[in-house]
Amino acid sequence: MSTETTPAKSAETLTLTKELKAFIAEWKEKPGNLIMVLHRVQQEFGYIPRNVAFEVADLLEVPLAKIYGVITFYNFFKLSKPGRNQIQVCMGTACYLKGGEDIIAEIEGILGVGLNTVTPDGEFSVEAVRCIGCCGLAPVMVINGEVYGKVQTKDLHGIIAEIRKV
Amino acid sequence: MAYKQYILICGGTACESNKGIELHDALKKAIEDNGLIQDVQIVRTGCLGFCEKGPIVKILPQDTFYVEVRPKDAQEIVKEHIVKGRIVERLLYDKSQSKTNVGVEGIDFYQKQFRIVLRNCGVIDPDKIDEYIARDGYKALERVLFEMTPEGVIEEMNISGLRGRGGAGFPTGRKWSFAAAQPDGQKYMVCNADEGDPGAYMDRSTLEGDPHSILEAMTIAGYAIGANKGYVYIRAEYPLAIQRLENAIAQSTEYGLLGENILGSEFSFTIELRLGAGAFVCGEETALLASIEGKRGMPSPRPPFPAVKGLWGCPTVINNVETLANIPIIMLKGANWFNKIGTATTKGTKVFALTGKIKNSGLIEVPMGTTLREIIFDIGGGIKDGKEFKAAQTGGPSGGMIPPQFLDTPIDYESLTEIGSIMGSGGLIVMDEDDCIPDITKFYLDFTVDESCGKCAPCRIGGRKLLNYLEKICQGTGTADDIQNMKDISEAMSRASLCGLGQTASNPIKSGLRYFMDEYIEHIDDKKCRAGKCKNLLSYTINENKCVGCTACAHVCPVDAITGERKQAHTIDQDKCIKCGQCFDVCKFQAVSRS
Repeated sequence: MSTETTPAKSAETLTLTKELKAFIAEWKEKPGNLIMVLHRVQQEFGYIPRNVAFEVADLLEVPLAKIYGVITFYNFFKLSKPGRNQIQVCMGTACYLKGGEDIIAEIEGILGVGLNTVTPDGEFSVEAVRCIGCCGLAPVMVINGEVYGKVQTKDLHGIIAEIRKV
Repeated sequence: MAYKQYILICGGTACESNKGIELHDALKKAIEDNGLIQDVQIVRTGCLGFCEKGPIVKILPQDTFYVEVRPKDAQEIVKEHIVKGRIVERLLYDKSQSKTNVGVEGIDFYQKQFRIVLRNCGVIDPDKIDEYIARDGYKALERVLFEMTPEGVIEEMNISGLRGRGGAGFPTGRKWSFAAAQPDGQKYMVCNADEGDPGAYMDRSTLEGDPHSILEAMTIAGYAIGANKGYVYIRAEYPLAIQRLENAIAQSTEYGLLGENILGSEFSFTIELRLGAGAFVCGEETALLASIEGKRGMPSPRPPFPAVKGLWGCPTVINNVETLANIPIIMLKGANWFNKIGTATTKGTKVFALTGKIKNSGLIEVPMGTTLREIIFDIGGGIKDGKEFKAAQTGGPSGGMIPPQFLDTPIDYESLTEIGSIMGSGGLIVMDEDDCIPDITKFYLDFTVDESCGKCAPCRIGGRKLLNYLEKICQGTGTADDIQNMKDISEAMSRASLCGLGQTASNPIKSGLRYFMDEYIEHIDDKKCRAGKCKNLLSYTINENKCVGCTACAHVCPVDAITGERKQAHTIDQDKCIKCGQCFDVCKFQAVSRS
């Protein structure tokens, strides 16, 4: 991953919290636990830090290669830290037909970074995501979990400025 | 304590993300302010379906249907409607509705709909098991456990004629009978809630609006096939559905409807959730099972079918959410009630997520055999902004585009396959004259190429080649040979791919070439995109006679390609123009033309 934005040092110092270790212990004997454990790790850190992946491999006693095989297979898991504010633009069919691509282009222009990249100040990252199931509101984007429906490109400057302020 | 009135607030994703939570709080406050806590109950229901006009608020017993309700409307609704009994006319769907007809009967969107799967969505509070039970919930389970044998349950399913709603339409009773016929031992019942089709949210709405119906159905299926363990494999992107399912599992376990010796019978059954992580290929049964096992979600060749050798090598039945939602009511009302609904080959109803360029987008349920015309024009209200209908796509990236001449086809599995599409899981995307067929096809192929797991060559390589041809065509560099090559590759992929993803990935191309060949030819021969979507094929010019020199276009042009003095005709520098179309949109004098 070339999009490391946080200093490598801080990523290296990330380790499993007590809660996470307890979670892994609880799941260890259950078959098919790996994906559930990775979900929990990403919920904690926003991505799967390399160090933590090593720890998970030790605790679950599975090869690291298997863990990375799973992480890279699924769209949901991230290998690098996303921005403090995460913008997700829906690219389901309804949103595509109603101008989802234009929304992405406009956001890229405003932030000055491309898709799946974090702004140099670490504030924003933008990604195109699969259908989030609010097709009635197309085109849709999600910022920090909040859904914005019927988005128009002309509103984007204002929305992003608002978030920057908070 | 009996409430006198009920305020139902749609808790579907579209409404809830449209300030639905603030609306709930505002209504609650208004009720408190007016001292009505004893008389009025506020219920957050599942999806009411009419997403286009959300958030929706329905008031019982009058059955008044309010649309596009904002938090600021809460006080007025309570003061006027609840206290004084006066309808807030400005919030009705049709402002001209007579005051005696303010419910759903007066709304065209709900005509012709028939709700079996969505029977409880928008009626009950999905977080309260008692409300589900009050609507005959878990009655079917009781009947099955104490009055029927497992063979009897499967026989009933066979008579009902229910077919898998995940897309392929395999008879559910037959699937169960395969797993039931396996020797006793560990078996599993899996619910596929990994709804990955872009532009579809039927399963999400069902899970969010009526989670107990899925748990009840899984337990019935477990009894029929002899499984004591169930998994719901659900998308991690659906947090609300996950939360409601977790809550429902806890409640039904507490009530003795899940767990050891259910309702005092010999039968035990538990359900756990497993989260998906965003892989479309996991809609394929064998890939889904690999994912539950915690592995990369790659499909494996069938046979052996999961009913024989599935999860951890044990017989496993996988049913889709919508299929399951039908089961309690079939067991309750009888197979012979169910099999009278629908067509000769396809019984029951189908839920569609009706989206795209449609006036009333939303979640609908219609009897099988309803025509596309009825769905799009009667329920959906026709095309937005008076544009012309071009095509409807069912089955998402695995389906085909249905042109206007087939609007009157009664839909079932067979009729849709005949016209080059598939039923699919229920996405129904409407396209109008502004949509370009090669461009949308490119969108779908881009999706399937991205989601191909890469295990088999026909899908991995064929999909990429098809996408390359489509990109060429949309950029205006396509050749006549490309069409033939696309046809050949499509055929090879359909025959040789390992799983459904690759086998159906070329359906949008096949149907596009079958019904919209003229658009492909125009792109290739005339370098023209009639919908104006393919930017490389466009050019913008300013008509000197119409231009008044208002400078609006020059202001919006992001690359300063437009020059001209104020009050003089402007011109566009074609070398600089990036064809973004902003000048076209901003001109009030129709002076900018696009060709």
